[in-house]
Formats: sequence, structure tokens, C-alpha cells
Amino acid sequence: MNFWNFIVQNRLEIADLTLEHLWMVGISTLLAIAVGVPLGILITRRPALRKPVIATANIIQTIPSLALFGFLLPAPWIGDRAERLAILALMLYALLPMIRNTYEGIRGVDRATIEAARGMGLTDSQLLFKVELPLAASVILAGIRVALVISIGLATIAAAIGAGGLGELIFRGLAMVNNSVILAGAIPAALMALLADVLLGRIEHYFAPQRAA
Amino acid sequence: MPKPIIEFRAVSYQLPNRRDILRNLDLEVNSGEILVLLGRSGSGKTTALKLVNRLLEISGGELRVEDRSVADWNAIELRRHIGYAIQEVGLFPHYTVDRNIGLVPSIQNWPKEKIQARVNELLQLVGLGPEIAVRYPHQLSGGQRQRVGVARALAADPPILLMDEPFGALDPLTRADLQREFLSLQKTLQKTVLFVTHDLHEALLLGTRIALLDEGRLVSIHSPEEFLNSSESLVRKYVEAFGTHDQVRGNK
Repeated sequence: MNFWNFIVQNRLEIADLTLEHLWMVGISTLLAIAVGVPLGILITRRPALRKPVIATANIIQTIPSLALFGFLLPAPWIGDRAERLAILALMLYALLPMIRNTYEGIRGVDRATIEAARGMGLTDSQLLFKVELPLAASVILAGIRVALVISIGLATIAAAIGAGGLGELIFRGLAMVNNSVILAGAIPAALMALLADVLLGRIEHYFAPQRAA
Repeated sequence: MPKPIIEFRAVSYQLPNRRDILRNLDLEVNSGEILVLLGRSGSGKTTALKLVNRLLEISGGELRVEDRSVADWNAIELRRHIGYAIQEVGLFPHYTVDRNIGLVPSIQNWPKEKIQARVNELLQLVGLGPEIAVRYPHQLSGGQRQRVGVARALAADPPILLMDEPFGALDPLTRADLQREFLSLQKTLQKTVLFVTHDLHEALLLGTRIALLDEGRLVSIHSPEEFLNSSESLVRKYVEAFGTHDQVRGNK
């Protein structure tokens, strides 16, 4: 059976798995943004927390993905469903780029701009939402982009714990020693990563700060 | 007697490592005057300025703004009462000129039309055309940026202005233009201005009075004429450095 025949015959299953994949990656990235951006903001305000927070996120990043899935298995509620496990693990991996880029983005805002803003009487939250976050937006988006592309790749491994997604086809193909099946999983995943990269790149460019001439 | 608007009473400021930046500073800035803080780098003049709008907090003594200790002011309210212009300008790069100027009025919930009118008025006041309003800071020349910075400091019509070498980064001709315009602006606006510079020429040109700071201490306060004729040794050094400089250029 050649590759194209396999794709055509199994198009519904492939579409299903693609959606599953997208769902896992999408939810985990949103959760990573929801946790990582506030943490990144927090460590610009409380410098003493910076090292422990970044170090923790760094350590998580170094845990091999299969091992991380295994570690999380005993967790209550999370461990009940493979899909939840996968989402949590993917979120944890995405945390580091989110935290680091939020921190670096805000730290990179011109000191004079911040001082002028404070001198004009902006409150802390006005400073954050009107000045710091908009000016850090492109750096934060670059973090989201990195996290997203990594997640799309990593999520294929989630199939090993039965969480579904395009990894299903890859693992099945490996077991069947059938390249067509492997490629039916790998190619859509790669396309998804490329597409995410291009799309986020566009958005990032749109938010890039106006630079001095 | 003129009414003091900003009063330093034995004000000191120390860094956390206990290094003294300002020692026992006594100084009054009177209503409607331009008081110039003159001194070399590290003399404490910028620190003195930042104590007024509480970007820094005094370590000792008392600092009063409009008869109220700065500690009793709400810091945000105090800053909105005081215009602030710095050498680096610090315009918001993601905002157009009109939003830069209109930011403080907008966070004070002025109606849109009033902000718009105020922005136009200010642009005219600082000598910029209305077409500048929609540009971004990176599309402006250095002189235009400084003008926008001054306009922004004036936006909510604060009675007090703090200016930290606002014309310092400009070429000599543009600087001279802005200094002259600022003087004529001040004639009509009558703000109380605390102005930091290390440039004696600027101090003599703009200052109602010149306060000379050295290593965190006040050396003297003079009117520009008194300053030129003072026998104070540090003042003489300034005047001589300034004079020699001019002579050298005159001889060429």
C-alpha cells in the first residue's frame, strides 16, 4: 500500500488525530501562557524569586518527556486520563520559554521610558499594561512561538501513554514497520509546526516595537 | 517675599550601601522662577530632582511641595501635579505623538475632545506642526522628540516642572533654539521650574537663580549676574573654565 492510498483511505482518522493533536497543544500552550506570563512579570517585581523560578522551569525542561509522563502518572485527577497528563506535561515544557521571554521582554524596555512613565504618575498597573507589556509583546510572542513549535513535536510522544494525537500513527507505523503509516503521522505534525511558526512569526512582526531610525 | 513652592530642609539622601549622595541640602524654589541646579556628574543634582517627585525617597530632613511634606502626598498624585522632562525624553515608542502627549490627561479621564484640543494646543506651543501628531517617536528628529517631551510634561498643565538636562542631547544650534523658545514659553506659563544642567551657559541663560552643587552639598545660590562676579572659589573655577573655553575659541 503506498503512502497516498493510505492517506486517502484513512483521511477521517488522520483528521481526527490532527484535531486531537491540535487540542492538546492548544490547551497546554494557553495554560502555559496563563501561568508563565504572570510568573515572568512576578520575577521582574521580586528579583529574589528570579533564580528559583527560572531554575525550576529549567530543570523541568531537562526531564526526558517519557519520564515526565511517568512522574505525573500518580497525580490525582490528572493521572486518571492520559489526555490530561499529556496536556500538563506539555504545559510544563512550555513554561520556560514563557517565563523567560516575559522577563526578558519587560527587562528590555528602555529605562528612560519606564522612568518617564513613573515620573508622569502612572500607577504600577498602568505602567505594566500601557507600557511594559505592549513593548515586551513581540518578545513574549517569540516565546509563545518557540513553545508552540516544541509542543507540536513533543505531543507526538504523548501517544506512548495513550493520549492520542498524531503520535498514534507514528507509533503504529513503528510497530508495523510501515513507513507510510509513520509518515501519515509525521508529515501533518511537521506541517502543523511550520504553519504555527509562520503564523506566529507574522503576529510577532506586527507587534514589533517601533525602532529608532 | 516670594512664595516657596519646593522647599528642601536639611535633606539628605543615602544609597542603601550608606554612601551619601546629598548632604544637608537647604534650598527653596519660588513660585514662577527657574531654579537651576548646576554641578558636575555625581554632584547629586539629578538625585535632588528625583526626590521631589518621589522617584527616590529622602533619607533625612524634610522636603515640602506646596507646603506639604512629600511623604504626605500620594506619590501618584504628586507626580501628576509635576511635569517631568528628562534628557533621554523617554517617549513611548509604541504610541504616536498625540497619544504620548495625551497619556496623562487620558488616564485622568479627560473627555476625548478636550485631550485632542489640548494636544493641538501643546504642539503649537512647543513649535510643532499638527502633522506631527500622528507620527511615531522614531520618525522624529532629536529636536522634535525633545519638544514632544516638553509638551508631554506640560500636558495636564502642572504648576511645577522638573527638567533634567532636557536639551542636553541636542546639537548646539537646536539646543539654542529650544532654550530660547523655552524661555519665552516660561514668560507666559510662569511655571515653577527646577532645572538640572552641567552646562554653565545654559544655567546663565535660563536660570532665575543658580544653585551650585558639589559632592552632594550646596555650594552657593546666585543670580546669573552674581554668579559671574562671585569670588567663591568653585564658582570662579566654573566661570574660568567657561571663559577660557570661549577665549580659546575666540582666538582661532
